[in-house]
Amino acid sequence: MNRYPMWKNILVATMILMGLIYTIPNFFGESPAVQITPAKNTTKLDPALLGKVEEIFKQEKIEYDGVYQDARGIKARFANTDTQIKAKDVLQANLGKDYTVALNLLSRSPAWLRSLGAKPMYLGLDLRGGVHFLLQVDMKAALSKAAERFVGDFRIALRKERISYVGVTREGETVQIRFNNEAELIKAKTVISKEYPNLTLNESTVGEEKILKASLNLVEQKTIQDFAIKQNIQTLHNRINELGVAEPIIQQQGADRVVVQLPGVQDTAKAKEILGRTATLEIRLVDEDKSDFATLEMADKGQAPIGDDVFKDREGRAILVKKNVVLTGDYITDAGPGVDGQSGRSTVNVTLDARGARIFQQVTRENVGKRMAILLIEKGNTEVITAPVINEEIGGGRVQISGMANTQEATDIALLLRAGALAAPMDIVEERTVGPSMGEENIKRGMHSTLWGFAAIAVFMIVYYAMFGGISVIALSVNLLLLVAVLSMLQATLTLPGLAAVALTLGMAIDANVLINERIREELRNGNTPQASIHAGYERAWDTILDSNVTTLIAGLALFMFGSGPVKGFAVVHVLGILTSMFSAVVVSRAIVNLLHGYRRKVNKLSIG
Amino acid sequence: MELFRVKKDIPFMSYGRLTTAISLITFILAIFFLATRGLNFGVDFTGGTMMEVSYPQAADLNKIRQAVDSIGLKDATVQNFGSSRDVLIRLPAREGISGSQLSEQMLASLKTVDSSVLMSRVEFVGPQVGEELYENGALALLLVTVGIMLYLAMRFEWRFAVAAIIANMHDVIIILGFFAFFQWEFNLTVLAAVLAVLGYSVNESVVVFDRVRENFRKMRKASVVTVIDNAITRTMSRTVITHFSTQLMVLSMLLFGGEVLHNFSLALTIGILFGIYSSVLVACPIAMYLGVNRTNLIGDVEKKEGEKKEAVAEPHPSDFA
Repeated sequence: MNRYPMWKNILVATMILMGLIYTIPNFFGESPAVQITPAKNTTKLDPALLGKVEEIFKQEKIEYDGVYQDARGIKARFANTDTQIKAKDVLQANLGKDYTVALNLLSRSPAWLRSLGAKPMYLGLDLRGGVHFLLQVDMKAALSKAAERFVGDFRIALRKERISYVGVTREGETVQIRFNNEAELIKAKTVISKEYPNLTLNESTVGEEKILKASLNLVEQKTIQDFAIKQNIQTLHNRINELGVAEPIIQQQGADRVVVQLPGVQDTAKAKEILGRTATLEIRLVDEDKSDFATLEMADKGQAPIGDDVFKDREGRAILVKKNVVLTGDYITDAGPGVDGQSGRSTVNVTLDARGARIFQQVTRENVGKRMAILLIEKGNTEVITAPVINEEIGGGRVQISGMANTQEATDIALLLRAGALAAPMDIVEERTVGPSMGEENIKRGMHSTLWGFAAIAVFMIVYYAMFGGISVIALSVNLLLLVAVLSMLQATLTLPGLAAVALTLGMAIDANVLINERIREELRNGNTPQASIHAGYERAWDTILDSNVTTLIAGLALFMFGSGPVKGFAVVHVLGILTSMFSAVVVSRAIVNLLHGYRRKVNKLSIG
Repeated sequence: MELFRVKKDIPFMSYGRLTTAISLITFILAIFFLATRGLNFGVDFTGGTMMEVSYPQAADLNKIRQAVDSIGLKDATVQNFGSSRDVLIRLPAREGISGSQLSEQMLASLKTVDSSVLMSRVEFVGPQVGEELYENGALALLLVTVGIMLYLAMRFEWRFAVAAIIANMHDVIIILGFFAFFQWEFNLTVLAAVLAVLGYSVNESVVVFDRVRENFRKMRKASVVTVIDNAITRTMSRTVITHFSTQLMVLSMLLFGGEVLHNFSLALTIGILFGIYSSVLVACPIAMYLGVNRTNLIGDVEKKEGEKKEAVAEPHPSDFA
C-alpha cells in the first residue's frame, strides 16, 4: 500500500525537474546591460539596427558580452559598469533621439534557459533600488479645463449663427452664457443642444439678463476623466522615455490614480520634477489697443479689462494679453534647445503640426507689427516667457522662442513641450524610494533570514524525527525550490516582505510534516505495523493539513485583495507558498517514504526518533 | 527524540477557570494599553514622511537636528537606528506641503551640513492615502475573520467557528496591546504579520478540533470533557514542535532581517507564543461552554462515518501483501 503508481512518481520527478530549471537562472546573477528601444511607440524597430549597434561597438572598440534583439528592443551585455556607461553614451550620440538608450541589468543565464522562458525572479523596488510613486490626477482641474474649451467653442458657434450675446464665462465646471432677451437664448439653446448633446442646459434669470447655464452631464464627465487619465499616462510614458529608464511601470490604479515605478533611478529629484511638471505652452496676442499706461497700472493691481488677462513677464512687468488662445502645446510635434545665431542666447525651437502651422501663419499675417506673448503655464502660475513683435508672416510651422534664462532651462522646457502636456495636474500622494545600496542590503537580509532559519529547522527536525525528519527537510527544500521556481515563472514582483513571506511560509509549512510524523508515531505507539502506520499517518493527517491550509489561504487572499505595495508582495508569496507546501509536504515526502519503505518486504522499525 | 511521552490525558478542561482568568487578564490589560496609550502608527497610516539616511562615519544627531530646524520643520523627530551611522527622520503630514518635495529639501539641507550623507530610503504617504490604507487594513481584518468563521462553520460547526475566532482575536488584541505598551511602530508590514498570525493560529484550533471530532467518533462512551482533554493531549506534541519550528524561522528574521522586518517578526513572535495556548486553552473551553457535543458535531452520519474510520484504523492483513 505504500507504493505510488508510476504516474505519481513521474509527476513528482517532473515537478522537481521543472523547479530546478526555473530556479537556476536566479544563480547566474545579472550583468550590466544597455537597452535600446524606439523613443516613440509608433516607431518600428529597424531590423538593421542590430547590425548597426554591433558596428558602432566595433568602431568605438567597446567590448560586449553579447547583443541580441527581443520583442521590445535591442539589449547588449557588458563585463562591467564602466563599459556599460561608455556604451550608453556612444549609442545615444550615434543613434540620435529616435531611440531611447537606457541602463539595465540582464540575467547572465545561458541562452537555452532563456529560450525556455526561464528568468530570474523579478525584484521589487525595495530590493533593486528605485522609486515608486502614486500620483493623483486632479479631476476637478480636468473638468474646468474642459469647460474652458467650451467657452471658446460657444463663442465661435454663436458668432457663426449670428446670435447676439452679452458674454460667455466659466463658473467652476459650468459655462454661463448671458443674453439680453429670451429669443436669442432660445435660438442659442437649439444650436448648442444640437452640437453638444452631452451638455445639460438650464435657464435662469438674473435681473435683466437671461442666463443659459451649460454643465457636463455624468456620461460626459466620465469621458473627460477617462481621457484625462489616459492622456496623462501617455504623457508620463513619453517623459519617462526621455529620462531613459529601463522597464518602467506606469499603470492606472482606480479611477483617478497612476502608479509609476522607476527601477534603478538614482536622481529622484530630477524624476519627480519631470513627472510632476504640468507645463503647457500657450501663444496669445498682446492686447496693444489697451496697453496704455493707465490701464496697465490698473491691471497690475489686478483689474484687467474685459476680454484680457494680465500676466507678468520675466522682468516683472505687467502685460495685457487677450483671453483668446491662438495656439496651445497640443499643436507641437517637436521641440529642442537651440542658440539664437545673433544674440547667442538660449532658445527653444518648436515645430508645429500642419494645423498649428496654418493657424500660426494666419495669425502672424493678420497681426504684423503687434506683439505675441508666449506663455508658460505651470502649476497654476502663468508666466510670459517672451513677447516679441511680429515682424512678418511666419509660415512652415517652425518657431524659435527666445527668452530662456540658460541652456538648462531651454533643455527642460523643450523636453516638457516635446513629451506633451498633462491633461490635468497630478500630485504625488505616495512615494517610496529605496537607494541602490539599501536594495542589496535588503536582499542580503532576506536571504540570511531564510537560510539560517531553514538551517535551524533542518537541524531540529533531524534531531527530533531522525530519518523522517530528514525526509521532512528534503520536502521543505523541494517546497523552497518550487516556490522560487513559481515566482520566477510568474515573474511576480518579489519584495522584502515577499522574502519574509518565503521564510515565514517555510516555517509554517513544516507544520504539515510535523502533523504527519506525529501521526505516524502515534499509530506505532498504538501497536500498528510500520507500513500501516505510514499509511494511516499520511491519510489521517491530510484532512487536518487541508483544513489548516485553507484558513491560512483565506488570510493570504484577504491580504492580497486589500493590501497595497509591500503587503501585496507578502500576500502573493504567502499564498503561492501555501500551495507549493501542500504538494511538497504531502506528495513529495510520501514519494520519498514510499521509495524507502514501500518496496521492502518487511520493515521492522521506522527511524522516526 | 521525544519530548512529550504522556501516558494519561492531562485534564486541561479542569483548568478552564484558571486559563480563562489568565486570558481575561492579559486581554483586559491589552485593551487598557490600547485605550490609554494607543498604537504608534507609522507613516503608512498617519501620512507623513519618513527618511532613512546613512553616513560613512557616526552621525552627529545635533547637527542633523539643526539642519532639519533650518528648513522650518520643528516637529520632526531625528533618531539613530540599527547603528550610529544610520539615522531615521520622521516628519508628520502637513497641509499644503507636498511631502515629496519635503524630502528633497531635507536631503539638500543635510548635504550642506555633511556632503557624505546617503539617502537609503524615503517613504512619503499622503494623508488621504494613509486613511485609505487604514480603512483597507481594517477591511482585510474583517474579511479574514468572517472568511475563517464561515469556513470553520461549514467544515465543523458554528460553535467551533465562534470559539476559534474569539481565541484568535484574543491573540490579535494581545499583539496590538504589546505594540501599544512598548509604543513600537505599527505599519503595513506589521499588519501583514498580524493577519498572517490570524491565519496561522487558526490552524492550531483546526488541528485540535479535528481531533475532537475524530474522538467523538472513536470514543463513543466518553464525556465531552474527556474527549477534549484527550484531543489536546494527543496534539500537544505537534502544537509545540510546529510552533517551535516556526519560531526558529521568525527568530532568524528578527536577528538577520534588519529594521524593516524587525517589528514584523516581533508581532509574529508574540502571535506564536500566545497562539500556542490561546488556540488550545481558550478555544476549547469556549467551545465547551457553547455546548459542543457529539450530536451537533457529527450528527446523523455518525454511524456510517465511524465504521469507515475504524476500517482504516485496523487495516486488513491483505493490505500488507
